[in-house]
Amino acid sequence: MKKIIVFVSLALFLGSSIVFAQDTTKTKIITTKFKLPSVDVKTIDGATFNTSQLTNDGKPIIISFWALWCTNCIKELKAIQEVYDDWQEETGVKVVAVSIDDAKSVDKVKPFVNGKSWDYQILLDPNKNLYRALNINQIPHTFVVNGNGEVVWQHITYTEGSEEDLYEIVKKVAEGKSITE
Amino acid sequence: MTKKSKITTGKLILLICILPFLSSAQGVLNSGQIHGSFQMDAQFYVEDSLIGAEKVPENVLMNAFANILYTNGDFSAGFRFESYQHLMKGFVGELKGNGIPYRFASYKTDELKVTIGNFYDQFGTGLIFRAYQDWNLGLDNSVDGLHLQYQLAKGITLKGLIGNQRYYFEKSDGIVRGADAEFAFNEMFPSWADNKARFTIGGSFISKFQEDDSPIYNLPENVAAFAGRMNFSCGKINFLGEYAYKMNDPSLVNNYIYKPGEALYVSTSFSQKGLGISLSGKRIDNMSFRSDRGMTGMPLMINYLPALSKQHIYTLASFYPYSTQPNGEMGIQAELTYNLKKKSALGGKYGMDISVNYSRTGAIQKSKVNDTIAIDQTGTLGYKSKFFAVGDDLYQNDFNIGISKKLSKNFQIELLYSYQIFNIWVVQGHKADDTTGANLVYANVAAADLIYKLKNKKSIQLELQHLSTKKDQGSWAMAMLQYTIAPKWTFTIQDMYNYGNEKVDDFGEKEPKIHYYTMTVAYIKNTNRFAITYGKQREGMFCAGGVCRVVPASNGISFSIMSSF
Repeated sequence: MKKIIVFVSLALFLGSSIVFAQDTTKTKIITTKFKLPSVDVKTIDGATFNTSQLTNDGKPIIISFWALWCTNCIKELKAIQEVYDDWQEETGVKVVAVSIDDAKSVDKVKPFVNGKSWDYQILLDPNKNLYRALNINQIPHTFVVNGNGEVVWQHITYTEGSEEDLYEIVKKVAEGKSITE
Repeated sequence: MTKKSKITTGKLILLICILPFLSSAQGVLNSGQIHGSFQMDAQFYVEDSLIGAEKVPENVLMNAFANILYTNGDFSAGFRFESYQHLMKGFVGELKGNGIPYRFASYKTDELKVTIGNFYDQFGTGLIFRAYQDWNLGLDNSVDGLHLQYQLAKGITLKGLIGNQRYYFEKSDGIVRGADAEFAFNEMFPSWADNKARFTIGGSFISKFQEDDSPIYNLPENVAAFAGRMNFSCGKINFLGEYAYKMNDPSLVNNYIYKPGEALYVSTSFSQKGLGISLSGKRIDNMSFRSDRGMTGMPLMINYLPALSKQHIYTLASFYPYSTQPNGEMGIQAELTYNLKKKSALGGKYGMDISVNYSRTGAIQKSKVNDTIAIDQTGTLGYKSKFFAVGDDLYQNDFNIGISKKLSKNFQIELLYSYQIFNIWVVQGHKADDTTGANLVYANVAAADLIYKLKNKKSIQLELQHLSTKKDQGSWAMAMLQYTIAPKWTFTIQDMYNYGNEKVDDFGEKEPKIHYYTMTVAYIKNTNRFAITYGKQREGMFCAGGVCRVVPASNGISFSIMSSF
C-alpha cells in the first residue's frame, strides 16, 4: 500500500511540476544547463569561500572533483597540467580542483598540490556540501562552467585521453558555440 | 531499541506534492531546478565452494538509491529513496527494506540558515561530531532533526543542532544535540584581511542522551563532549590542532568502563612549489562515541576518528587495511611530495614526481587504577594512561615510496614500494600464523602501473602487483590489463593469484591456491556509467577513512549503473 502511495504521489509530483513548468516557463524541468549552486567551501588556506564567487572574467571554468585517494582523479589533473599553459593561452580557461578529502587527509592536500607543482585553484569540500549540491555519485566528476556561471557540461570517470574531449567542449564554450553533440 | 520514524512517508509525499503547486502559484518555478543522481548495483550469484562463495536463493540481489534535489535560490529540499529490499551480500541484515531514510528542507535568509529533516555536518575535524554518508560502506549516520547556522558577524559562525541519528530504516532512541562556534580572525578584522598569516579558532560541544536501562549499573544518561581547535597558516606553513574531551561514557565498545575519553590531533605542513612536507600525530583514548551505548560496528557513531595511515590505491598495497581502534591508539604520519622539474638532470624531459610516506600506529600505555581492579574491568574506571607514553603493541607500520614519471609522449609509468607491518589480531581478530600464534603480518609490496597511449584516444594500461609475506595467506601476485577507448569504453581483465598460500585447513589439508579473475566492460557517456563484471571476488575488507566492511567471497556476474543529472 505504502509503495503505491509513494509511486502515485511521485507521479503526481512530477506530473504537476511538468504541467506547471510548461505553463509558466515553456522549458524542461530537467535541464542540462543550470546555475552553479551557491555553497560554502574552504580555500586551501582555510578561508570560507562561496562558490557564487567563482569567476573567470567571462571565460570558461573546469571544475574537477578529486581526492588524494582517487587515482583516476589525479591522473586527470596531471594530464591537464601537462597542457594547461596551452589551454589557458587559447581559451583563457581556469581549472578549479575541488578536493573532497575528509579529516583523514584534508590537511595533506596543500603539501600534495604544491609538491606536484599544480597551478590550479584548489577548494576544499570535506563535508561534501558542494558534492551533494551537484549530485555527485563518485569521483572523478568534472564540470564545465560557461562565462555566465552556468554548468553546461559534465562527465564522470576519467580515461586516458578523455581530456581531449573535455578541451573540445571548453573551446566551444569559450567561443560561445553550442555544445550539443 | 529503536522506534519507527514519526514523520511518515505519507506526510513527506504530501509535502513534495504541494511543493510545485506552491512554487508555481508564486511564479518562481522559473528559477527552480530539479537535479538528482541514481545508482544501482546488482549481482547474479554463482556457487563456488573453492572460494567459499554461496549461491543465494533469489539468484540476483540488488542495492539502489535515487537522490532528488530541488533548489530555488536560497531554498532547497530533497530526498533519497533507497532500495535494499534484495540486499546484496556483505551488508548488514538490518538494512533490508525500501524507504526514504533521508529527506530535508533548507532555507537561508540573510545570516541564518535553517535545515529541517536529515542533515550532514561536522565540527572541526570531527573528533566529537561528524554526520556523513558513504554508500559503498553502507554507512549513513545523518541526524534527523533541526540544524541552524548563524553568521553572528563577519568571520563568526555559530551552529546548533538537535536530532536523532539514522539507524538503517529507523532512528536511534538516543538524542544528539550540540553547538559549535568558529572565529576566523582574518575575516573578523578588516585590517587583517590581506595579512599573509591566517588564524582561526573554534570550539564545539556535543551531548547525547540515552535512557539508563541497566539493572546493575548507574549509567550516565547525558554524556557531554567538548573540543577546541586552532588553525594557523602563514605562506608556506600550516598548522592544525584539535583536542577533544568526552565525559564518562560506559559502552559495549569500551567494556562499560567509566573512564572519560580524550583525543588529540595535530598536523603541520610546509610546502612550496615542487615540495610538500607534512607531519601529523594523534592520540585517541577511549573515544568511541555513539548515540546508543550498546552498539558496535558501523551504526550510530557520532564522531569520526580516521586512521592515520596512507590510503593506498593499489589492491595489494591496501590488502591489509588498518581500521581505527577507538579504545586507544597513538600514531604519527609523515609525507614528502617532491616534483623534479621538467628538463632537469633527474627529471628528464617531462619531470618526475616522488612521494615518500611513513606511518606508525600503536597502543596507548595502560596501567591499573589500583591493585584490586583489573585493566578494562567493567563498572570501574578501567585504567590509567600517561598521555605521552606509548603502549607495547604495534598496530600498523607502513613505509612507502612512489614514483610517477612520463618516459615519452605516449608512455608513462608509476611505481610503488611499501613495507608494512600489520597487527591482524587487533584489527581483524585472527592470528597472522596459526601455528606460532603470531599477531603481526610483515609484508613487502611492489606495484607498477604502465600506461601506453595508442592512436585515436585509445590506450593500454598494465598493472603488476606483488605482495610478499610468510604470514596469513602468504604471498599474492596480481596483474591487470586494461584497454580504453576514451572517453566511452573500458575493457579490463584482472587476475589475483594466492600462489604463496601454505595454510592448512581444519582437516589438515592444504588450502588451495586460488586465481581470482575478473573481466569488466564499462561504458560511459557524460554522466551515465554502465558496467558489467564477471568473475570471482575474494573475501576481504572494504575500508574508507578507517571504517571497514567485510566483503564476502562471491562468484558471478555483477552489473552497475551510475547516473546523475
